Amino acid sequence: MFSIPAFLESLVPLFWAARYTLLISVGGIALGLVIGTLICAARLSRSRFLRNFGALWVSFLRGVPLLVQLLVFYYSLPLIGLDVPAMVAAIVTVGICASAYISEIWRGAINALPPGQAEAAVAIGMTPRDVWGRVILPQAVTMSLPALINELILLVKASSLVSVVGILEITRASQAQAATTFRPLEVYLAAACIYLLINLCLAALGRWLEYRTAV
Amino acid sequence: MQASAVEIQKVNKYYGPFHALKDVDLSIPPGRVTCLIGPSGSGKSTLLRCMNFLEEYDSGEIRIDGKLIGYDAPGRRMAGRALREMRRSIGMVFQQFNLWPHMTARENVAEGLIRVRGLPKADASARAAEALAKVGLADKMENHPARLSGGQQQRVAIARAIAMEPRLMLFDEPTSALDPELVGEVLSVMKTLASEGMTMVVVTHEMGFAAHVADRVAFMERGELVAADTPDRILHQPQDPRIQSFLRTYHERNSF
Ligand SMILES: Nc1ncnc2c1ncn2[C@@H]1O[C@H](COP(=O)(O)OP(=O)(O)OP(=O)(O)O)[C@@H](O)[C@H]1O
Ligand SMILES: [Mg+2]
Repeated sequence: MFSIPAFLESLVPLFWAARYTLLISVGGIALGLVIGTLICAARLSRSRFLRNFGALWVSFLRGVPLLVQLLVFYYSLPLIGLDVPAMVAAIVTVGICASAYISEIWRGAINALPPGQAEAAVAIGMTPRDVWGRVILPQAVTMSLPALINELILLVKASSLVSVVGILEITRASQAQAATTFRPLEVYLAAACIYLLINLCLAALGRWLEYRTAV
Repeated sequence: MQASAVEIQKVNKYYGPFHALKDVDLSIPPGRVTCLIGPSGSGKSTLLRCMNFLEEYDSGEIRIDGKLIGYDAPGRRMAGRALREMRRSIGMVFQQFNLWPHMTARENVAEGLIRVRGLPKADASARAAEALAKVGLADKMENHPARLSGGQQQRVAIARAIAMEPRLMLFDEPTSALDPELVGEVLSVMKTLASEGMTMVVVTHEMGFAAHVADRVAFMERGELVAADTPDRILHQPQDPRIQSFLRTYHERNSF
């Protein structure tokens, strides 16, 4: 029999564990934005070396599953003498992985702009800095918002993978809970509800941002 | 005899192996309208875009008011800052308008005044309003481009260029993307500009405009500048068989 009290009871510790899920996803996307922007700049740069480096970065990170990246990263850090907390390792790995996708999102948006947009600015005598800052990037950011929110939602779900390095985020917390209460269905359903709640909020945030930036 | 506003000498341009401009010579007289006509793919846009160095030419010289554009000396590229300085006084109007969609009409016009001319925002905004009033859009200033018709968008683009107070205006088929009923409003703004003595170079398929407004018409074919003369001598008494054949095709297409 499905037990509603057991379901409700497991919500509380899982809500608590959601902190880590959010921290990893938000930290991951923030780091991913920074690195992804740099990688995108490298891929659009005039230097052949930087372009190749960026392309390699993207194809490697998109080609290896996050779980494997996470394990490789986690176990290789001590080898180079770095003793970082599991949480930091998780955020860094998720951020690096996200950077590959984010740089592609930026690049796609920038390439989708008609070349005439920048030409009109160049023809008037704008500096490259203003051409980017005033004409290209504002449009690219608006165009990328749906894809970026989508990426954030994917990260929230992917963050369940960091349970393998011992972080008590939603998924791992629910496994622990299920093992002690012998009520797996109720617990996992509670976990599903929390993931859903987080992602519905993010989707709403996305719609709000899109509405605000729409012309 | 005044010096040319634009002096083009022996200009060559290649796209890879393709020879797009072949030893082009042309002088653009100041305060006059010069129309550039010719078949599709003949290099009209390429030549026009070389005049503000949006497109690099490979050899020859293009002088704007006597000053070489794009190069300090043959083969040595000009510094970015010096090139931007020259572009400030060359306005350009594109076939696809190229208005910035995230800014209102007024912001589109004010942007260059603020960023390039360094005007305070309030002054720039006031000048933008004047320029928009001049093209008949005083009541559409706060609209974004998406809320304007094609003809209105192109007039905003013209206002954006003239607000910078250029000495030379380049137009690349400014009415080709417009519905026929919207062509007139854009041409009439251009006629006003011409009557005020603006130096204009206009790539166009509007032979009527070339015949009635241009002071000179230049004909291009396959990257060559075939002839440049008065509208009458190019459009009504063409000597060159290539011009005759172009005009014949044009008349056939436009009669029904
Ligand atoms: N970026 C480019 N790369 C390669 N070839 C190009 C490029 N731009 C133009 N060309 C070629 O150069 C030639 C001249 O092009 P251009 O755009 O100047 O012609 P046009 O006279 O303006 O024609 P239209 O009336 O169709 O606008 C064309 O054959 C075109 O295919
Ligand atoms: Mg053209």
